[in-house]
Amino acid sequence: MLNTWIAASIVAVIAGITGFFAVLRGQTFTAHAIPNGAFAGAAGASLLGINVIWGLVVFALCGALGIGALGAEGRGRKARNDVVTALALVLMLGLGALFVSISSQYAEETYSLLFGEVFGVSRGEVLPILGLGVAAAVAIGVAFRPLMLTSALPEVAEARGVSTRRMDLYFLIVMALATSMTVPVVGALLMFSLMIGPAAAARSVTARPGAAMALSVVIALATVWLSIALSYQTNWPLGFFVGIIGAAFYLIGLAARAVAPRRAVAPRGAVG
Amino acid sequence: MHYLFEPGLFSSGPVRTALLVGTVLAVTSGVIGVFAVLRGQSFAGHSLADVATTGGSGAFLVGLNQFWGFLAAGIAAAALMEAIGVQRRRGRDVATGVVLGAALGAAALFLYLGSLQTATTGASFTVLFGSIFVISPDTVPALVASGVIALFVVAALARVLLLTSVSPDLARARGVNVRLVGIAYLAALAVSVSLAAVAIGAVLSTALLIGPSATALRVTKSPARAMAVSALTGLAATWLGIVLAYDSYYWPPHGHGWPVSFFVVALVLVGYLLSYVRPRAQRAPRSPHEDECGPEAIVATAATAAGTEGATCSPA
Repeated sequence: MLNTWIAASIVAVIAGITGFFAVLRGQTFTAHAIPNGAFAGAAGASLLGINVIWGLVVFALCGALGIGALGAEGRGRKARNDVVTALALVLMLGLGALFVSISSQYAEETYSLLFGEVFGVSRGEVLPILGLGVAAAVAIGVAFRPLMLTSALPEVAEARGVSTRRMDLYFLIVMALATSMTVPVVGALLMFSLMIGPAAAARSVTARPGAAMALSVVIALATVWLSIALSYQTNWPLGFFVGIIGAAFYLIGLAARAVAPRRAVAPRGAVG
Repeated sequence: MHYLFEPGLFSSGPVRTALLVGTVLAVTSGVIGVFAVLRGQSFAGHSLADVATTGGSGAFLVGLNQFWGFLAAGIAAAALMEAIGVQRRRGRDVATGVVLGAALGAAALFLYLGSLQTATTGASFTVLFGSIFVISPDTVPALVASGVIALFVVAALARVLLLTSVSPDLARARGVNVRLVGIAYLAALAVSVSLAAVAIGAVLSTALLIGPSATALRVTKSPARAMAVSALTGLAATWLGIVLAYDSYYWPPHGHGWPVSFFVVALVLVGYLLSYVRPRAQRAPRSPHEDECGPEAIVATAATAAGTEGATCSPA
Protein backbone atom coordinates (compact mmCIF):
# COMPACT_ATOMS: atom_id res chain seq x y z
CA MET A 1 0.00 0.00 0.00
CA LEU A 2 2.84 2.38 0.86
CA ASN A 3 4.55 1.49 -2.42
CA THR A 4 1.34 2.20 -4.28
CA TRP A 5 1.03 5.52 -2.60
CA ILE A 6 4.61 6.55 -3.38
CA ALA A 7 4.46 5.34 -6.98
CA ALA A 8 1.14 7.05 -7.62
CA SER A 9 2.41 10.30 -6.11
CA ILE A 10 5.46 10.29 -8.38
CA VAL A 11 3.24 9.56 -11.35
CA ALA A 12 0.95 12.42 -10.38
CA VAL A 13 3.84 14.89 -10.22
CA ILE A 14 5.15 13.83 -13.65
CA ALA A 15 1.65 13.93 -15.09
CA GLY A 16 1.04 17.38 -13.64
CA ILE A 17 4.21 18.80 -15.20
CA THR A 18 4.03 17.14 -18.61
CA GLY A 19 0.28 17.66 -18.73
CA PHE A 20 0.74 21.40 -18.24
CA PHE A 21 2.86 21.57 -21.38
CA ALA A 22 0.64 19.15 -23.27
CA VAL A 23 -2.36 21.42 -22.66
CA LEU A 24 -0.38 24.58 -23.36
CA ARG A 25 1.02 23.22 -26.61
CA GLY A 26 -2.32 21.87 -27.72
CA GLN A 27 -0.99 18.33 -27.72
CA THR A 28 -3.93 16.79 -25.88
CA PHE A 29 -4.39 14.21 -28.57
CA THR A 30 -0.74 13.18 -28.46
CA ALA A 31 -0.97 12.84 -24.69
CA HIS A 32 -3.81 10.42 -25.32
CA ALA A 33 -2.11 8.56 -28.16
CA ILE A 34 1.30 7.83 -26.66
CA PRO A 35 0.23 6.03 -23.45
CA ASN A 36 -2.46 4.13 -25.37
CA GLY A 37 -0.06 3.07 -28.06
CA ALA A 38 2.48 2.04 -25.47
CA PHE A 39 -0.03 -0.46 -24.17
CA ALA A 40 0.41 -2.41 -27.41
CA GLY A 41 4.13 -2.59 -26.71
CA ALA A 42 3.42 -4.16 -23.35
CA ALA A 43 1.24 -6.75 -25.03
CA GLY A 44 3.98 -7.51 -27.54
CA ALA A 45 6.68 -7.81 -24.89
CA SER A 46 4.51 -10.17 -22.89
CA LEU A 47 4.00 -12.27 -26.02
CA LEU A 48 7.75 -12.51 -26.57
CA GLY A 49 8.30 -13.24 -22.91
CA ILE A 50 10.50 -10.21 -22.19
CA ASN A 51 10.03 -7.54 -19.57
CA VAL A 52 6.90 -5.48 -20.26
CA ILE A 53 8.77 -2.23 -19.68
CA TRP A 54 10.95 -2.69 -22.77
CA GLY A 55 7.86 -3.08 -24.90
CA LEU A 56 6.38 0.06 -23.40
CA VAL A 57 9.53 2.11 -23.94
CA VAL A 58 10.02 0.91 -27.53
CA PHE A 59 6.42 1.53 -28.55
CA ALA A 60 6.14 4.89 -26.79
CA LEU A 61 9.40 6.09 -28.38
CA CYS A 62 8.51 4.75 -31.84
CA GLY A 63 5.11 6.37 -31.59
CA ALA A 64 6.62 9.70 -30.54
CA LEU A 65 9.26 9.61 -33.27
CA GLY A 66 6.72 8.56 -35.89
CA ILE A 67 4.37 11.38 -34.98
CA GLY A 68 7.30 13.80 -34.97
CA ALA A 69 8.68 12.57 -38.29
CA LEU A 70 5.42 12.67 -40.24
CA GLY A 71 4.17 15.82 -38.52
CA ALA A 72 4.21 19.14 -40.26
CA GLU A 73 4.85 22.77 -39.51
CA GLY A 74 3.40 25.99 -40.77
CA ARG A 75 -0.23 26.60 -41.63
CA GLY A 76 -2.62 23.70 -41.25
CA ARG A 77 -0.08 22.07 -38.95
CA LYS A 78 -2.56 21.23 -36.24
CA ALA A 79 -5.00 19.34 -38.47
CA ARG A 80 -2.23 17.42 -40.17
CA ASN A 81 -0.57 16.51 -36.88
CA ASP A 82 -3.91 15.25 -35.57
CA VAL A 83 -4.26 12.98 -38.58
CA VAL A 84 -0.76 11.60 -38.14
CA THR A 85 -1.34 11.12 -34.42
CA ALA A 86 -4.61 9.28 -35.06
CA LEU A 87 -2.96 6.96 -37.55
CA ALA A 88 0.03 6.25 -35.33
CA LEU A 89 -2.33 5.48 -32.48
CA VAL A 90 -4.49 3.05 -34.44
CA LEU A 91 -1.45 1.33 -35.90
CA MET A 92 -0.13 0.65 -32.41
CA LEU A 93 -3.54 -0.38 -31.11
CA GLY A 94 -4.02 -2.64 -34.12
CA LEU A 95 -0.75 -4.36 -33.33
CA GLY A 96 -1.91 -4.56 -29.72
CA ALA A 97 -5.11 -6.28 -30.82
CA LEU A 98 -3.03 -8.77 -32.78
CA PHE A 99 -0.67 -9.50 -29.89
CA VAL A 100 -3.51 -9.87 -27.42
CA SER A 101 -5.43 -12.21 -29.68
CA ILE A 102 -2.41 -14.43 -30.35
CA SER A 103 -1.59 -14.88 -26.70
CA SER A 104 -4.99 -15.66 -25.31
CA GLN A 105 -3.89 -15.80 -21.70
CA TYR A 106 -3.18 -12.10 -21.88
CA ALA A 107 -6.81 -10.95 -21.83
CA GLU A 108 -6.90 -10.11 -18.13
CA GLU A 109 -3.64 -8.23 -18.29
CA THR A 110 -5.13 -6.16 -21.12
CA TYR A 111 -7.70 -4.85 -18.74
CA SER A 112 -5.22 -3.95 -16.05
CA LEU A 113 -2.85 -2.32 -18.52
CA LEU A 114 -5.63 -0.18 -19.94
CA PHE A 115 -7.36 0.68 -16.71
CA GLY A 116 -4.56 0.36 -14.20
CA GLU A 117 -3.72 -1.93 -11.35
CA VAL A 118 -2.17 0.39 -8.90
CA PHE A 119 -2.41 -1.87 -5.91
CA GLY A 120 0.03 -4.33 -7.37
CA VAL A 121 3.07 -2.07 -7.14
CA SER A 122 6.10 -3.78 -5.63
CA ARG A 123 9.07 -2.13 -3.96
CA GLY A 124 11.25 -2.96 -6.94
CA GLU A 125 8.99 -1.01 -9.26
CA VAL A 126 9.10 2.19 -7.24
CA LEU A 127 12.77 2.90 -7.92
CA PRO A 128 12.60 2.85 -11.75
CA ILE A 129 9.50 5.05 -11.60
CA LEU A 130 11.33 7.50 -9.38
CA GLY A 131 14.35 7.50 -11.69
CA LEU A 132 12.24 8.08 -14.76
CA GLY A 133 10.20 10.73 -13.03
CA VAL A 134 13.33 12.65 -12.08
CA ALA A 135 14.68 12.25 -15.62
CA ALA A 136 11.48 13.62 -17.14
CA ALA A 137 11.38 16.53 -14.68
CA VAL A 138 15.03 17.37 -15.39
CA ALA A 139 14.49 17.15 -19.15
CA ILE A 140 11.63 19.62 -18.87
CA GLY A 141 13.53 21.84 -16.43
CA VAL A 142 16.57 22.08 -18.72
CA ALA A 143 14.47 23.05 -21.72
CA PHE A 144 11.91 25.06 -19.81
CA ARG A 145 12.46 28.38 -21.55
CA PRO A 146 12.52 27.15 -25.18
CA LEU A 147 9.53 24.91 -24.39
CA MET A 148 7.57 27.86 -23.02
CA LEU A 149 8.62 30.06 -25.91
CA THR A 150 7.66 27.59 -28.63
CA SER A 151 4.41 26.85 -26.84
CA ALA A 152 3.33 30.44 -26.33
CA LEU A 153 4.93 32.38 -29.17
CA PRO A 154 5.99 30.01 -31.95
CA GLU A 155 6.76 32.84 -34.38
CA VAL A 156 9.06 34.61 -31.95
CA ALA A 157 10.75 31.31 -31.17
CA GLU A 158 11.41 30.69 -34.86
CA ALA A 159 12.77 34.20 -35.25
CA ARG A 160 15.18 33.56 -32.39
CA GLY A 161 16.38 30.39 -34.01
CA VAL A 162 14.50 27.91 -31.81
CA SER A 163 13.01 25.25 -34.03
CA THR A 164 9.36 24.63 -33.15
CA ARG A 165 9.53 21.25 -34.76
CA ARG A 166 12.61 20.19 -32.81
CA MET A 167 11.02 21.27 -29.55
CA ASP A 168 7.88 19.35 -30.52
CA LEU A 169 9.97 16.24 -30.98
CA TYR A 170 11.86 16.86 -27.75
CA PHE A 171 8.64 17.17 -25.81
CA LEU A 172 7.20 14.09 -27.50
CA ILE A 173 10.20 12.05 -26.39
CA VAL A 174 9.95 13.34 -22.82
CA MET A 175 6.27 12.46 -22.81
CA ALA A 176 7.03 8.99 -24.19
CA LEU A 177 9.57 8.29 -21.44
CA ALA A 178 7.34 9.75 -18.76
CA THR A 179 4.37 7.64 -19.76
CA SER A 180 6.03 4.35 -20.59
CA MET A 181 7.11 3.57 -17.06
CA THR A 182 3.84 4.65 -15.52
CA VAL A 183 1.48 2.67 -17.75
CA PRO A 184 1.84 -0.66 -15.91
CA VAL A 185 1.08 1.09 -12.63
CA VAL A 186 -1.79 3.41 -13.41
CA GLY A 187 -2.97 2.18 -16.81
CA ALA A 188 -2.80 3.76 -20.24
CA LEU A 189 -6.18 5.46 -20.04
CA LEU A 190 -5.66 6.81 -16.57
CA MET A 191 -2.33 8.40 -17.41
CA PHE A 192 -4.14 10.49 -19.98
CA SER A 193 -6.87 11.61 -17.55
CA LEU A 194 -4.20 12.55 -15.06
CA MET A 195 -2.28 14.61 -17.57
CA ILE A 196 -5.18 16.59 -19.02
CA GLY A 197 -7.72 17.09 -16.22
CA PRO A 198 -5.52 18.80 -13.60
CA ALA A 199 -3.56 20.82 -16.15
CA ALA A 200 -6.73 22.10 -17.79
CA ALA A 201 -8.23 22.98 -14.42
CA ALA A 202 -5.06 24.85 -13.39
CA ARG A 203 -4.92 26.72 -16.67
CA SER A 204 -8.48 27.92 -16.35
CA VAL A 205 -7.71 29.42 -12.94
CA THR A 206 -4.40 31.17 -13.59
CA ALA A 207 -2.56 32.29 -16.69
CA ARG A 208 0.88 32.55 -15.06
CA PRO A 209 2.98 29.57 -16.20
CA GLY A 210 4.74 28.88 -12.91
CA ALA A 211 1.60 29.08 -10.82
CA ALA A 212 -0.39 27.03 -13.31
CA MET A 213 2.25 24.31 -13.33
CA ALA A 214 2.43 24.16 -9.54
CA LEU A 215 -1.35 24.12 -9.29
CA SER A 216 -1.52 21.40 -11.92
CA VAL A 217 0.83 19.22 -9.85
CA VAL A 218 -1.15 19.88 -6.68
CA ILE A 219 -4.45 19.00 -8.33
CA ALA A 220 -2.96 15.86 -9.86
CA LEU A 221 -1.71 14.79 -6.43
CA ALA A 222 -5.08 15.49 -4.84
CA THR A 223 -6.83 13.53 -7.59
CA VAL A 224 -4.58 10.53 -7.14
CA TRP A 225 -4.72 10.45 -3.36
CA LEU A 226 -8.48 10.81 -3.31
CA SER A 227 -8.82 8.14 -5.98
CA ILE A 228 -6.60 5.66 -4.14
CA ALA A 229 -8.57 6.13 -0.95
CA LEU A 230 -11.92 5.73 -2.71
CA SER A 231 -10.75 2.82 -4.80
CA TYR A 232 -9.44 1.13 -1.66
CA GLN A 233 -12.79 1.62 0.07
CA THR A 234 -15.07 0.55 -2.75
CA ASN A 235 -12.81 -1.88 -4.64
CA TRP A 236 -13.89 -0.15 -7.85
CA PRO A 237 -11.25 0.48 -10.53
CA LEU A 238 -8.89 3.36 -9.91
CA GLY A 239 -9.33 4.67 -13.46
CA PHE A 240 -12.96 5.45 -12.78
CA PHE A 241 -12.18 7.74 -9.87
CA VAL A 242 -9.29 9.47 -11.58
CA GLY A 243 -11.37 10.16 -14.68
CA ILE A 244 -14.35 11.49 -12.75
CA ILE A 245 -12.37 13.51 -10.20
CA GLY A 246 -10.17 15.00 -12.92
CA ALA A 247 -13.26 16.15 -14.81
CA ALA A 248 -14.78 17.49 -11.59
CA PHE A 249 -11.69 19.62 -10.95
CA TYR A 250 -11.91 20.97 -14.48
CA LEU A 251 -15.54 21.97 -13.95
CA ILE A 252 -14.64 23.59 -10.63
CA GLY A 253 -11.89 25.50 -12.41
CA LEU A 254 -14.31 26.72 -15.06
CA ALA A 255 -16.81 27.74 -12.41
CA ALA A 256 -14.12 29.57 -10.42
CA ARG A 257 -13.10 31.51 -13.48
CA ALA A 258 -16.68 32.43 -14.27
CA VAL A 259 -17.32 33.63 -10.72
CA ALA A 260 -14.02 35.37 -9.95
CA PRO A 261 -13.50 38.94 -11.19
CA ARG A 262 -11.09 39.26 -14.06
CA ARG A 263 -7.93 40.42 -12.38
CA ALA A 264 -5.29 39.92 -14.97
CA VAL A 265 -5.93 39.40 -18.64
CA ALA A 266 -3.73 36.63 -19.97
CA PRO A 267 -1.06 37.70 -22.42
CA ARG A 268 -2.37 37.03 -25.89
CA GLY A 269 0.37 34.64 -26.76
CA ALA A 270 -0.14 32.45 -23.74
CA VAL A 271 -3.71 31.78 -24.76
CA GLY A 272 -3.66 31.66 -28.51
CA MET B 1 -6.92 -17.54 -56.48
CA HIS B 2 -7.23 -20.53 -54.28
CA TYR B 3 -4.44 -19.26 -52.07
CA LEU B 4 -6.13 -15.93 -51.47
CA PHE B 5 -9.70 -17.13 -51.09
CA GLU B 6 -9.68 -20.11 -48.82
CA PRO B 7 -12.40 -22.71 -49.48
CA GLY B 8 -15.75 -21.89 -47.93
CA LEU B 9 -15.13 -18.16 -47.75
CA PHE B 10 -18.21 -16.99 -49.60
CA SER B 11 -20.56 -19.70 -48.39
CA SER B 12 -19.96 -18.80 -44.76
CA GLY B 13 -22.80 -16.85 -43.17
CA PRO B 14 -20.72 -14.77 -40.77
CA VAL B 15 -18.38 -13.78 -43.59
CA ARG B 16 -21.28 -12.60 -45.73
CA THR B 17 -22.66 -10.56 -42.83
CA ALA B 18 -19.20 -9.17 -42.21
CA LEU B 19 -18.79 -8.17 -45.86
CA LEU B 20 -22.18 -6.46 -45.92
CA VAL B 21 -21.62 -4.53 -42.69
CA GLY B 22 -18.05 -3.82 -43.73
CA THR B 23 -19.21 -2.28 -46.99
CA VAL B 24 -21.71 0.07 -45.33
CA LEU B 25 -19.16 0.92 -42.69
CA ALA B 26 -16.32 1.65 -45.12
CA VAL B 27 -18.43 3.91 -47.34
CA THR B 28 -19.98 5.81 -44.40
CA SER B 29 -16.66 6.28 -42.61
CA GLY B 30 -14.89 7.20 -45.83
CA VAL B 31 -17.32 9.97 -46.75
CA ILE B 32 -17.84 11.33 -43.24
CA GLY B 33 -14.13 11.07 -42.53
CA VAL B 34 -13.27 13.52 -45.32
CA PHE B 35 -15.14 16.22 -43.40
CA ALA B 36 -13.55 15.16 -40.13
CA VAL B 37 -10.10 15.69 -41.65
CA LEU B 38 -11.11 18.94 -43.37
CA ARG B 39 -12.62 20.32 -40.18
CA GLY B 40 -9.60 19.23 -38.13
CA GLN B 41 -11.75 16.94 -36.01
CA SER B 42 -9.54 13.85 -35.98
CA PHE B 43 -9.34 14.01 -32.21
CA ALA B 44 -13.09 14.56 -31.88
CA GLY B 45 -13.72 11.52 -34.07
CA HIS B 46 -11.39 9.40 -32.02
CA SER B 47 -12.86 10.67 -28.76
CA LEU B 48 -16.40 9.89 -29.89
CA ALA B 49 -15.24 6.34 -30.52
CA ASP B 50 -13.62 6.08 -27.11
CA VAL B 51 -16.64 7.58 -25.39
CA ALA B 52 -18.79 5.12 -27.30
CA THR B 53 -16.79 2.45 -25.46
CA THR B 54 -18.50 3.62 -22.30
CA GLY B 55 -21.89 3.05 -23.90
CA GLY B 56 -20.80 -0.30 -25.26
CA SER B 57 -19.60 -1.50 -21.88
CA GLY B 58 -22.73 -0.09 -20.22
CA ALA B 59 -24.88 -2.03 -22.68
CA PHE B 60 -22.84 -5.12 -21.93
CA LEU B 61 -23.49 -4.57 -18.24
CA VAL B 62 -27.28 -4.41 -18.61
CA GLY B 63 -27.37 -7.07 -21.32
CA LEU B 64 -28.38 -4.94 -24.30
CA ASN B 65 -26.93 -5.14 -27.78
CA GLN B 66 -23.69 -3.18 -27.80
CA PHE B 67 -24.54 -1.19 -30.91
CA TRP B 68 -27.28 0.73 -29.09
CA GLY B 69 -24.90 1.50 -26.26
CA PHE B 70 -22.27 2.75 -28.67
CA LEU B 71 -24.82 4.85 -30.49
CA ALA B 72 -26.43 6.43 -27.42
CA ALA B 73 -23.10 7.32 -25.81
CA GLY B 74 -21.67 8.57 -29.09
CA ILE B 75 -24.55 10.94 -29.79
CA ALA B 76 -24.67 12.18 -26.19
CA ALA B 77 -20.93 12.87 -26.32
CA ALA B 78 -21.25 14.66 -29.64
CA ALA B 79 -23.87 16.99 -28.19
CA LEU B 80 -21.78 17.59 -25.08
CA MET B 81 -18.59 18.37 -27.00
CA GLU B 82 -20.40 20.77 -29.29
CA ALA B 83 -21.95 22.44 -26.25
CA ILE B 84 -18.64 22.89 -24.44
CA GLY B 85 -16.20 23.78 -27.10
CA VAL B 86 -17.86 25.38 -30.06
CA GLN B 87 -16.79 28.98 -29.51
CA ARG B 88 -13.22 28.37 -28.52
CA ARG B 89 -11.31 26.54 -31.18
CA ARG B 90 -8.28 26.43 -28.95
CA GLY B 91 -10.03 25.11 -25.86
CA ARG B 92 -11.93 22.49 -27.85
CA ASP B 93 -9.21 19.86 -27.60
CA VAL B 94 -8.93 20.28 -23.86
CA ALA B 95 -12.69 20.08 -23.37
CA THR B 96 -12.74 16.99 -25.56
CA GLY B 97 -9.92 15.49 -23.55
CA VAL B 98 -11.64 16.05 -20.22
CA VAL B 99 -14.91 14.51 -21.46
CA LEU B 100 -12.91 11.62 -22.84
CA GLY B 101 -11.07 11.04 -19.58
CA ALA B 102 -14.29 10.97 -17.55
CA ALA B 103 -15.97 8.65 -20.05
CA LEU B 104 -13.07 6.23 -20.06
CA GLY B 105 -13.19 6.14 -16.29
CA ALA B 106 -16.86 5.20 -16.46
CA ALA B 107 -16.04 2.53 -19.06
CA ALA B 108 -13.51 1.06 -16.64
CA LEU B 109 -16.19 0.88 -13.96
CA PHE B 110 -18.78 -0.71 -16.24
CA LEU B 111 -16.37 -3.34 -17.47
CA TYR B 112 -15.32 -4.07 -13.90
CA LEU B 113 -18.91 -4.41 -12.70
CA GLY B 114 -19.74 -6.49 -15.77
CA SER B 115 -16.87 -8.84 -15.06
CA LEU B 116 -18.21 -9.31 -11.52
CA GLN B 117 -21.57 -10.44 -12.87
CA THR B 118 -20.40 -12.86 -15.49
CA ALA B 119 -17.27 -14.94 -15.48
CA THR B 120 -16.28 -14.09 -19.04
CA THR B 121 -13.09 -12.12 -19.45
CA GLY B 122 -13.45 -11.46 -23.16
CA ALA B 123 -15.93 -8.60 -22.81
CA SER B 124 -13.40 -5.80 -22.59
CA PHE B 125 -11.62 -7.23 -25.60
CA THR B 126 -14.81 -7.36 -27.67
CA VAL B 127 -15.87 -3.85 -26.69
CA LEU B 128 -12.45 -2.37 -27.39
CA PHE B 129 -11.35 -4.33 -30.42
CA GLY B 130 -14.61 -5.44 -32.03
CA SER B 131 -15.63 -8.66 -33.63
CA ILE B 132 -17.03 -8.39 -37.14
CA PHE B 133 -17.46 -12.16 -37.48
CA VAL B 134 -19.83 -12.45 -34.54
CA ILE B 135 -22.30 -9.71 -35.49
CA SER B 136 -25.70 -11.28 -35.01
CA PRO B 137 -27.85 -11.22 -38.17
CA ASP B 138 -30.68 -9.57 -36.20
CA THR B 139 -28.78 -6.32 -35.82
CA VAL B 140 -27.67 -6.11 -39.43
CA PRO B 141 -30.75 -4.18 -40.67
CA ALA B 142 -30.31 -1.62 -37.88
CA LEU B 143 -26.60 -1.27 -38.66
CA VAL B 144 -27.18 -0.82 -42.38
CA ALA B 145 -30.09 1.59 -41.87
CA SER B 146 -28.24 3.87 -39.46
CA GLY B 147 -25.22 3.93 -41.76
CA VAL B 148 -27.34 4.91 -44.73
CA ILE B 149 -29.17 7.60 -42.74
CA ALA B 150 -25.88 9.10 -41.56
CA LEU B 151 -24.62 9.08 -45.12
CA PHE B 152 -27.74 10.86 -46.37
CA VAL B 153 -27.51 13.51 -43.67
CA VAL B 154 -23.94 14.30 -44.59
CA ALA B 155 -24.63 14.20 -48.33
CA ALA B 156 -27.53 16.62 -47.91
CA LEU B 157 -25.39 18.94 -45.81
CA ALA B 158 -22.23 18.58 -47.90
CA ARG B 159 -22.12 22.08 -49.36
CA VAL B 160 -23.10 23.80 -46.14
CA LEU B 161 -20.60 21.69 -44.23
CA LEU B 162 -17.78 22.70 -46.53
CA LEU B 163 -18.71 26.33 -46.12
CA THR B 164 -18.97 26.22 -42.33
CA SER B 165 -15.67 24.32 -42.16
CA VAL B 166 -13.74 27.03 -43.94
CA SER B 167 -15.51 30.16 -42.82
CA PRO B 168 -18.15 30.06 -40.10
CA ASP B 169 -18.56 33.82 -40.37
CA LEU B 170 -19.36 33.75 -44.04
CA ALA B 171 -21.77 30.88 -43.48
CA ARG B 172 -23.48 32.81 -40.68
CA ALA B 173 -23.79 35.88 -42.90
CA ARG B 174 -25.55 33.74 -45.47
CA GLY B 175 -28.07 32.65 -42.84
CA VAL B 176 -26.66 29.22 -42.08
CA ASN B 177 -27.15 27.98 -38.54
CA VAL B 178 -23.54 26.99 -38.00
CA ARG B 179 -24.15 25.40 -34.65
CA LEU B 180 -27.00 23.21 -35.89
CA VAL B 181 -24.90 22.06 -38.83
CA GLY B 182 -22.07 21.25 -36.44
CA ILE B 183 -24.32 19.17 -34.20
CA ALA B 184 -25.91 17.35 -37.15
CA TYR B 185 -22.46 16.56 -38.47
CA LEU B 186 -21.15 15.31 -35.13
CA ALA B 187 -24.26 13.13 -34.76
CA ALA B 188 -23.59 11.57 -38.16
CA LEU B 189 -20.00 11.10 -37.09
CA ALA B 190 -21.20 9.36 -33.93
CA VAL B 191 -23.31 6.95 -35.98
CA SER B 192 -20.47 6.05 -38.29
CA VAL B 193 -18.13 5.61 -35.36
CA SER B 194 -20.64 3.32 -33.61
CA LEU B 195 -20.85 1.17 -36.72
CA ALA B 196 -17.10 0.93 -36.82
CA ALA B 197 -16.98 0.20 -33.10
CA VAL B 198 -19.15 -2.88 -33.57
CA ALA B 199 -17.09 -4.12 -36.48
CA ILE B 200 -13.45 -3.35 -35.78
CA GLY B 201 -13.63 -2.06 -32.23
CA ALA B 202 -14.18 1.27 -30.59
CA VAL B 203 -10.53 2.19 -30.24
CA LEU B 204 -9.74 1.25 -33.83
CA SER B 205 -12.68 2.89 -35.59
CA THR B 206 -10.48 5.95 -36.04
CA ALA B 207 -8.49 3.99 -38.59
CA LEU B 208 -11.37 3.80 -41.06
CA LEU B 209 -12.54 7.31 -40.28
CA ILE B 210 -9.24 9.13 -40.68
CA GLY B 211 -6.95 6.84 -42.68
CA PRO B 212 -8.76 6.62 -46.04
CA SER B 213 -9.86 10.27 -45.92
CA ALA B 214 -6.38 11.54 -45.15
CA THR B 215 -5.02 9.39 -47.97
CA ALA B 216 -7.67 10.67 -50.38
CA LEU B 217 -7.02 14.30 -49.47
CA ARG B 218 -3.34 13.80 -50.24
CA VAL B 219 -4.14 12.33 -53.63
CA THR B 220 -6.86 14.68 -54.86
CA LYS B 221 -7.89 18.21 -54.08
CA SER B 222 -11.54 18.17 -55.05
CA PRO B 223 -13.71 17.32 -52.03
CA ALA B 224 -16.16 15.28 -54.10
CA ARG B 225 -13.40 13.21 -55.61
CA ALA B 226 -11.74 12.86 -52.22
CA MET B 227 -14.96 11.35 -50.84
CA ALA B 228 -15.07 8.82 -53.65
CA VAL B 229 -11.40 7.88 -53.30
CA SER B 230 -11.76 7.70 -49.54
CA ALA B 231 -14.79 5.40 -49.70
CA LEU B 232 -13.06 3.13 -52.21
CA THR B 233 -9.84 2.99 -50.17
CA GLY B 234 -11.81 2.15 -47.04
CA LEU B 235 -13.76 -0.49 -48.93
CA ALA B 236 -10.61 -2.11 -50.27
CA ALA B 237 -9.02 -2.19 -46.82
CA THR B 238 -12.13 -3.63 -45.19
CA TRP B 239 -12.77 -6.35 -47.76
CA LEU B 240 -9.14 -7.38 -47.98
CA GLY B 241 -8.94 -7.30 -44.19
CA ILE B 242 -11.92 -9.63 -43.86
CA VAL B 243 -10.53 -12.04 -46.45
CA LEU B 244 -7.09 -12.07 -44.86
CA ALA B 245 -8.54 -12.56 -41.39
CA TYR B 246 -10.52 -15.50 -42.70
CA ASP B 247 -7.40 -16.94 -44.31
CA SER B 248 -5.36 -16.42 -41.19
CA TYR B 249 -6.97 -19.42 -39.53
CA TYR B 250 -4.49 -21.43 -41.58
CA TRP B 251 -1.52 -19.31 -40.51
CA PRO B 252 0.62 -19.82 -37.43
CA PRO B 253 -0.21 -20.13 -34.60
CA HIS B 254 -2.34 -22.90 -35.97
CA GLY B 255 -6.11 -22.87 -35.53
CA HIS B 256 -6.25 -19.31 -34.24
CA GLY B 257 -7.37 -16.47 -36.47
CA TRP B 258 -5.74 -13.06 -36.48
CA PRO B 259 -8.11 -10.19 -35.72
CA VAL B 260 -9.81 -8.40 -38.62
CA SER B 261 -9.09 -5.09 -36.92
CA PHE B 262 -5.38 -5.63 -37.26
CA PHE B 263 -5.54 -6.28 -41.00
CA VAL B 264 -7.85 -3.33 -41.64
CA VAL B 265 -5.61 -0.96 -39.70
CA ALA B 266 -2.46 -2.26 -41.36
CA LEU B 267 -3.96 -1.93 -44.85
CA VAL B 268 -5.23 1.58 -44.16
CA LEU B 269 -1.77 2.58 -42.98
CA VAL B 270 -0.13 1.11 -46.07
CA GLY B 271 -2.50 3.16 -48.21
CA TYR B 272 -1.64 6.34 -46.32
CA LEU B 273 2.10 5.76 -46.59
CA LEU B 274 1.77 5.02 -50.32
CA SER B 275 0.20 8.45 -50.77
CA TYR B 276 3.48 9.91 -49.53
CA VAL B 277 5.46 8.12 -52.21
CA ARG B 278 3.40 9.28 -55.16
CA PRO B 279 3.32 13.06 -54.81
CA ARG B 280 7.05 13.21 -53.98
CA ALA B 281 7.94 11.67 -57.29
CA GLN B 282 5.53 13.84 -59.25
CA ARG B 283 6.05 17.22 -57.72
CA ALA B 284 9.71 17.18 -57.02
CA PRO B 285 10.30 20.68 -58.40
CA ARG B 286 7.59 22.24 -56.25
CA SER B 287 7.95 23.86 -52.89
CA PRO B 288 8.71 21.41 -50.09
CA HIS B 289 6.09 23.14 -47.95
CA GLU B 290 3.18 21.51 -49.62
CA ASP B 291 1.21 21.90 -46.45
CA GLU B 292 0.70 25.51 -47.24
CA CYS B 293 -1.81 23.89 -49.53
CA GLY B 294 -3.66 22.63 -46.48
CA PRO B 295 -7.27 21.67 -45.98
CA GLU B 296 -8.36 25.26 -45.58
CA ALA B 297 -7.05 26.14 -49.00
CA ILE B 298 -8.86 23.20 -50.54
CA VAL B 299 -12.13 24.07 -48.91
CA ALA B 300 -11.76 27.75 -49.65
CA THR B 301 -11.42 27.11 -53.33
CA ALA B 302 -14.15 24.51 -53.30
CA ALA B 303 -16.58 26.67 -51.42
CA THR B 304 -16.11 29.91 -53.30
CA ALA B 305 -15.80 28.62 -56.83
CA ALA B 306 -18.02 25.58 -56.80
CA GLY B 307 -16.97 22.78 -59.07
CA THR B 308 -13.44 23.99 -59.65
CA GLU B 309 -10.85 21.29 -59.66
CA GLY B 310 -7.16 21.37 -59.01
CA ALA B 311 -7.24 24.21 -56.55
CA THR B 312 -4.14 26.32 -56.74
CA CYS B 313 -2.61 27.08 -53.41
CA SER B 314 -1.01 30.32 -52.52
CA PRO B 315 1.51 30.36 -49.69
CA ALA B 316 0.36 32.00 -46.51
